[in-house]
Amino acid sequence: MNQVKSRRSWSLIVGLVIISTITLVTLISLVWLPYPIDNTDGGRLSPPSWSHLLGTDKLGRDLVARLMVGARIALSVGFSAVLIAGIVGLTLGMAAGFAQRWLDESLSALLDILIAFPTLLLAMLIVAARGSSLTSAIFAIGLGMSAIIARLTRLLVKRVLAKDFITASRASGTSWPRIIVLHVLPNIWPTLIVSFALQFGLAGLAEASLSYLGLGAPPPNASWGSLLQEAQATVMTSPIAAIAPGLFLVALVIGVNLIADGLREIADPTLRRSR
Amino acid sequence: MNVLEIKNLDVTTPAGVKVVSGVSFSIAPGARLGLIGESGSGKSLTALAVIGLLSSQLKASGSVLLGDLNPQEILGAPERMLNTIRGKVASIIFQEPLTALDPLMKIGRQLAEPLRRHQGISGDALESAIIEALTEVRITNPARIAQSFPHQISGGERQRAAIAMALACQPSLLIADEPTTALDVTVQSEVLALLDSIVSERNMALLFISHDLAVVGQITDSVVVLKDGVVVESGSLQEIMADPKHPYTQDLVKNARVLDDALNIAKDGK
Repeated sequence: MNQVKSRRSWSLIVGLVIISTITLVTLISLVWLPYPIDNTDGGRLSPPSWSHLLGTDKLGRDLVARLMVGARIALSVGFSAVLIAGIVGLTLGMAAGFAQRWLDESLSALLDILIAFPTLLLAMLIVAARGSSLTSAIFAIGLGMSAIIARLTRLLVKRVLAKDFITASRASGTSWPRIIVLHVLPNIWPTLIVSFALQFGLAGLAEASLSYLGLGAPPPNASWGSLLQEAQATVMTSPIAAIAPGLFLVALVIGVNLIADGLREIADPTLRRSR
Repeated sequence: MNVLEIKNLDVTTPAGVKVVSGVSFSIAPGARLGLIGESGSGKSLTALAVIGLLSSQLKASGSVLLGDLNPQEILGAPERMLNTIRGKVASIIFQEPLTALDPLMKIGRQLAEPLRRHQGISGDALESAIIEALTEVRITNPARIAQSFPHQISGGERQRAAIAMALACQPSLLIADEPTTALDVTVQSEVLALLDSIVSERNMALLFISHDLAVVGQITDSVVVLKDGVVVESGSLQEIMADPKHPYTQDLVKNARVLDDALNIAKDGK
């Protein structure tokens, strides 16, 4: 049991180190970049050197500066999309979980349609309606994720409500609002927090896919997805331009997964067996 | 006046099946009644109906009057009214203490909730009320148990904690729904003895639900036998043991006697 525990806290620490690094890079990018994002003085496709640590792209822009801006975009998309999904998804999911049958069934049908609808297609529709921007991408990703969070919340709420301790609590005269605060939220939280963390990483990936397709942040903003797309044509001559943003994306997803694993243990005392 | 008065209780499923039909019985203040029946006989549904906790999909009709001084109709009553009665007038202990306690909450905090609401205390007074409540159910190390999560303590300790929670609002009627079925036999008799002494100390009425005539016989003086949602027999324990009328009751009595005889033979052989 001790081994399990130490492995879990270890994963939390590694995850936190990875995500803090990305966050730190983001914060630095707000006040300092090695070169302005649209500076093309570096020469086209120059290899890594002291003046351009990771070289330049085909327009001569510094790759480090573009990666730093990419971190900023990935994090802000992750946070905003999870925030939207959290608010919309939790509200809908709780409503469906507590609702009478007809409301529950119509909400569930709506969620199923939203989940079956590909996020990319949804994003294209939103971009077509609102124009290509970071906000459109966040909106599309957040909406797609809301349905997933809502369905999970509904399931978790239903499962908790069926438990004896809810009946026991009602039998002792506890009111519904108090039961939600005391029993329902704490019991669905360990699973939800993991899902939020995973969705955070997935939002970063989804934004990269949208940007790769040209549906995300418009140029000169450099999301990791658009960096990958731009590097595609020159991947043989300058592989680092594709490898670096790819590694950052992988690090982001692995980082939040490790944190999710660690958080789960903190939120759920039954996983902390003391004897 | 009776503390509980059930008249012609019917419970119907959405499919139209009557799972409880025409059940009537009453309990006087301080009296003890055993409700016996096999699983699916409707005894747990009757218990839930008493406290107004039937699922909204089940339809209940008839009358359930709860409370001796100021009897209130439970069936069809609004949730707000029910919340003032639950815990104070009647309280319930469930079969499986592991699932009847919130796994993510320390025992002390769970116990604090009804104590705080009922007695309006907080801080140190609440802390000592928690310890006192755990001591009353004969938990040997109340301070440690209060700081433990349900999965960290034994089954017997859990059921004692659940009993403490049910007693927290000082109900005049205690409903025990198979409270010892999920426990080891030795722990079972300890918990039965505990219930027995607390119910007499507090002069509470007791509705004891079980499938086991032998267990019911240890703690109650009169019995209602339920089969397929219908009361097939009722009366004092002696009457029913001596002269069971219904075939199902005869079966119950016969099986209890067989066990008894087996024990006697084992004792004599020794």
